[in-house]
Amino acid sequence: MNSDTESAAASDERLRKISTFQAILHRPEMGAVAGAVIVFLFFGVVAGDSGMFSALGVASFLEWSAFLGIIAVAAALLMIGGEFDLSVGSMIGFASVCIAIPAVEWGWPLWSAIVFAFSMAVLVGCVNGTLVNKTGLPSFIITLAMLYILRGLTIALTRLFTNRTQVPGLRDSYEACTNDGCEFTDWLAPLFSARLWQDWLDWNGLPVVVVWFVLLTAAATFVLLRTQFGNWIFACGGDKNAARNVGVPVHRVKIILFITTACAATLFATIQVLDAGSADTQRGVLKEFEAIIAAVIGGCLLTGGYGSAIGAAVGAIIFGTVFQGIYYTGINTDWFKVFLGLMLIIAVIFNNYIRQKATRG
Amino acid sequence: MNSATPPLIEFRNVSKFFGSVIALQEVSFSVEAGGVSCCLLGDNGAGKSTLIKTLAGVHKPSGGEILLEGEVVEFDSPRDALDAGIATVYQDLALVSLMSVTRNFFMGREPLRRVCGINIFDVRRASQIAREKMAEVGINIRDPNQAVGTMSGGERQCLAIARAIYFGAKVLILDEPTAALGVKQSGIVLKMVAQARARGIGVILITHNVHHAYPIGDKFAILNRGRQIYYKDKKDASREEVLSMMAGGREWRELEFELKEFDHADGAKAKKKTARQVAGHDGRGERI
Repeated sequence: MNSDTESAAASDERLRKISTFQAILHRPEMGAVAGAVIVFLFFGVVAGDSGMFSALGVASFLEWSAFLGIIAVAAALLMIGGEFDLSVGSMIGFASVCIAIPAVEWGWPLWSAIVFAFSMAVLVGCVNGTLVNKTGLPSFIITLAMLYILRGLTIALTRLFTNRTQVPGLRDSYEACTNDGCEFTDWLAPLFSARLWQDWLDWNGLPVVVVWFVLLTAAATFVLLRTQFGNWIFACGGDKNAARNVGVPVHRVKIILFITTACAATLFATIQVLDAGSADTQRGVLKEFEAIIAAVIGGCLLTGGYGSAIGAAVGAIIFGTVFQGIYYTGINTDWFKVFLGLMLIIAVIFNNYIRQKATRG
Repeated sequence: MNSATPPLIEFRNVSKFFGSVIALQEVSFSVEAGGVSCCLLGDNGAGKSTLIKTLAGVHKPSGGEILLEGEVVEFDSPRDALDAGIATVYQDLALVSLMSVTRNFFMGREPLRRVCGINIFDVRRASQIAREKMAEVGINIRDPNQAVGTMSGGERQCLAIARAIYFGAKVLILDEPTAALGVKQSGIVLKMVAQARARGIGVILITHNVHHAYPIGDKFAILNRGRQIYYKDKKDASREEVLSMMAGGREWRELEFELKEFDHADGAKAKKKTARQVAGHDGRGERI
């Protein structure tokens, strides 16, 4: 007993001496930042002169990363809160047709179709959250069911209303083009489809999705670290019962987080639909896993209670850089998924190691 | 006992049945205001957990009444009990090991600061308070951002107690606070209980360890199979008496373990006596 407590005291002392160093090392996003540096160095060496890091190249992987980042940041918040949302990808498809069918087939103004899509997202998030709360089943199962339900609904409803699985011709509802260029005719559309600073950026302007990505990451980080709700998210994911015992409204927190992921998917869909001018029922397939992978690379623990929004954002950038960068290297793109899988395993092992350090001292 | 001021909390013949099972039968005890602690002792299955949950508002008593400062109260939920100033520190402590000391301390009750119309979690003030409150109980936290998982069991227990006190507990219920702790760590926690008592907080300490209960308790109640078999003030109760009441009809192996601890704490005189007792009852001739 005595030697036990003495060694415990000794390890406490040791911990305190290097606590500053550990504090930096223990930031949840450290692994992702290190990973990003490695990935950039790798492509810098292998594909440095291939145009990958030209303005256009950067824009292309940044845009791809930003799309993923939007849902990855939301997925990270939910994972920190201790749950998964596998219905994100299907929600992207569902939201796309929720915008396109009313706008194209029923002649709604685009803004109202967008508002409609977001209200459907809130509904889906509520259903997910309530089911998880009421049944006590793992969110993995509940949202897996929702993955199929939403994808099925998307295809069935689209075929019912349009007899197709694609809804083209959306562009007319928000853009009027002349020989001089295009102008928005819908007041809400620029928020999701504008390109910024076209005049002084030599490429086609900064895609608005990048702005959304940065804003969302900043907002999520602020919420997590500097608000009461953020503390509740950590508490719910860290220990549901402990959180409830000290008065955290666990159910409400979870419902809000599920609404957040569904809304992030809808934001993804809105930007994508306005970018393409059409909707497709197969949009967003497998995006839920990409979002979770980005969050995990970014330092989120699968068991909840630990992680960061910045980490998930960096995870998405790593993902996008590799995805786009592999074209520039001349490596057969078949290898992308192998690389991705390996990266995921390394990230999880690294995260587990960090967690053990954090909890056992 | 002062008749002018009613006890802080009083149990009058409280019973609790679950179907045909009698979990508690006519349990009565009280904790007076102004720093008195009552130790509830009992072996496994004695009804301690039921008693705590009845106190904390999880269960409603099937019979009898609970009085808070002289008035009969009925708690519909743990929240009610908490609002009435009855704070329970369960064995799981309601701490999240991945979260920092500060975040745990204020979990669910974060201090807010208004900036530009937005309520933000005042992390700086929270850290400062957490550090101060922990320092008051003799635990120095260099870094309030340190994860609770890196703290020792005793420190965690103290954090949970400090939190309950900070948030205005009038009655502090501690469920087996020293159960999983070593001697040194137990000492830290018991010191903290004494401090809480000195501040006028009524403490109800639930334990099965007489040696932890005796130095800190002002009165002792012993439960056995749902019944209260013993209830005395400290001045009328000797340690040996409490111990023998606790040990009555129990397996000796467990007692033997406790006696050994007693031994170390109580010096040579008790040592001799215990050794005799143990040798006498165990037959295997324990070396001490």
